[in-house]
Amino acid sequence: MQFLRESFIVFRRQLRMNLRNPAWVIIGMLQPVMYLFLFGPLLKPLIGQLGVENEYTFFVPGMLVQLGIFGAFFAGFSLIGEWREGVIEAERVTPASRTALLVGRLVRDLLQLLVQAGILVGLGYLLGMTGSARGIVFGVLLTLLVGGACAAASNALALTTKSEDVMAPVINMVMMPVLLLSGILLPMTLGPQWLQSVSDWMPFKWVTDGVRTSFSGDFARDPMLYGTAWAAVLFVLSLWWGTATFRRENA
Amino acid sequence: MIQARGLVQTFRSREGRKKTEVRAVDGVDLDVAEGEVVGFLGPNGAGKTTTLRMLTTLLRPTEGTATVAGFDVVTQSEQVRRSIGYVSQTGGAFSSARAGDEVVDHGMLYGMRGADATRRGKELFEQLDLDGLWTRMPKNMSGGQRRRLDIAMGLIHDPTLVFLDEPTTGLDPQARANLWEHIADLRRRRGATVFLTTHYLDEADHLSDRIVIIDHGRIVASDSAENLKANISGDLVDLELASAGDVTSAARRLGSMAEPGRGGAEAVEVDGFHVRARVAQAGRAVPGLLADLSRADITLESIEVHRPTLDDVFLTLTGRSLRDAQETTTDGAGPGEPAPPATPALVRQEQ
Ligand SMILES: Nc1ncnc2c1ncn2[C@@H]1O[C@H](COP(=O)(O)OP(=O)(O)O)[C@@H](O)[C@H]1O
Ligand SMILES: [Mg+2]
Repeated sequence: MQFLRESFIVFRRQLRMNLRNPAWVIIGMLQPVMYLFLFGPLLKPLIGQLGVENEYTFFVPGMLVQLGIFGAFFAGFSLIGEWREGVIEAERVTPASRTALLVGRLVRDLLQLLVQAGILVGLGYLLGMTGSARGIVFGVLLTLLVGGACAAASNALALTTKSEDVMAPVINMVMMPVLLLSGILLPMTLGPQWLQSVSDWMPFKWVTDGVRTSFSGDFARDPMLYGTAWAAVLFVLSLWWGTATFRRENA
Repeated sequence: MIQARGLVQTFRSREGRKKTEVRAVDGVDLDVAEGEVVGFLGPNGAGKTTTLRMLTTLLRPTEGTATVAGFDVVTQSEQVRRSIGYVSQTGGAFSSARAGDEVVDHGMLYGMRGADATRRGKELFEQLDLDGLWTRMPKNMSGGQRRRLDIAMGLIHDPTLVFLDEPTTGLDPQARANLWEHIADLRRRRGATVFLTTHYLDEADHLSDRIVIIDHGRIVASDSAENLKANISGDLVDLELASAGDVTSAARRLGSMAEPGRGGAEAVEVDGFHVRARVAQAGRAVPGLLADLSRADITLESIEVHRPTLDDVFLTLTGRSLRDAQETTTDGAGPGEPAPPATPALVRQEQ
């Protein structure tokens, strides 16, 4: 109860600061729209190979995961600014739970993701995407789970490096293989066997597959299980890591 | 209120391949009584902030124990946090958030109800001359206003023990004088125990009942400013001669009444036309010196007598002046620490 209250105070403070920054709101809204309108049409000629009737049926789930992962990776940058101004130290000197200090910030990131997911799915429908309602809800939840994992990891990285200059290259280095090996933009099945084998080692590929499968409403297939399991594992690990950095005395 | 025994903090840092271990705090014992205002004085990098972070539960001591407000900082950290207010060197309000919101949220993290935190916050704004700044962002405030806002945040839950880390660093002299008033008020109005760090001698002198001097992570003295100065032997006598030819002769005469030099230094210091030495009870000795010099036909341009300052105390205790210590450890500045102001730091105080 007290934990929820403390998380809420931190969340409300973050949201208040973000909403006061119109650039944050507008860019957040425009991201999914631009992806849909500027990248979606490129997939149209590939419809046959994708095994779907409408390119957005393939594309929207992938975009969702992309937003979840990449938007969240950048969540930590604002934390460095706060740390530099002594905000984190001031929060840590209160009796509030250290996990709440992290979770409040994660909830802000997840809310942003949820709004973006709403825009994405809504526009996708208008553009002819098909899918099961139940599956879409579950797919969005899965995305929130993996987004939360990435946001927690990003916050942990921010408090560990305490420097945008150190953090940016690390994020870039992580993002490249994730983007290329997850089948977010194009299905890995288009590639040669060796590339598919490599991508089997990429947890985010399973999550992407899981979300895509979920959208189709086919809960019984393997990717659902693997995707959900990976998302849960990543979430637990990142939350643990994030809390540890907030707890660590030297943060 | 504070009792620390053998506090040690070591930091491992890496420069390239070389790993070094810094003993930032090296066996600190501290006792602070209820209602006391204690100034923790030392040059940059002496270990003041690190000591404070251990006492405020932000940093776990590598060795040693401390109880603060009756609770152990390691095993009862939550109770310690409830009892203390901490104003860090960097402050704690985000520059682009509204001042009032930051203060209220901070209070709510202490478990206060929103309405209570708001009422209390507005009261503090009034007391700290921040009227009308409730919705202002800290980035649009003056340095002094920002610092007072930091203090308001630290006081929101009405702590009886307040830690202030370099409360006036980077402020102009007027803002400092104003902030001193508010810090003095902490005890006058609220009966709070105050533990403040500073590298300004005049600040420690002006605000504290007792001064604890730290250098290289060790406490080198702890007493009232009066007693610290009284323990320094002798006043500084500074003769300025009219002609260079008289310097040696004047130095010999002054030397005959001077105290021995400190830390291996000569008793008499010669610097161009100036001849300086420490003389016990200079007020009584100087008339005789003047007569002696005039008998020898030595003409003086000027003579000055300085009572001991805290800088002299520091020099006696460590063999360096606080000013020099400052220059050799400028890298000790914390993250985002504002550059020290050019003038008011370490001004020598004549009394
Ligand atoms: N987090 C840290 N990691 C490594 N070294 C540190 C850290 N914090 C402080 N130090 C070092 O410890 C010493 C004491 O620092 P500090 O307590 O900030 O001094 P002060 O507050 O008296 O200026 C300095 O040499 C500083 O460089
Ligand atoms: Mg300091």
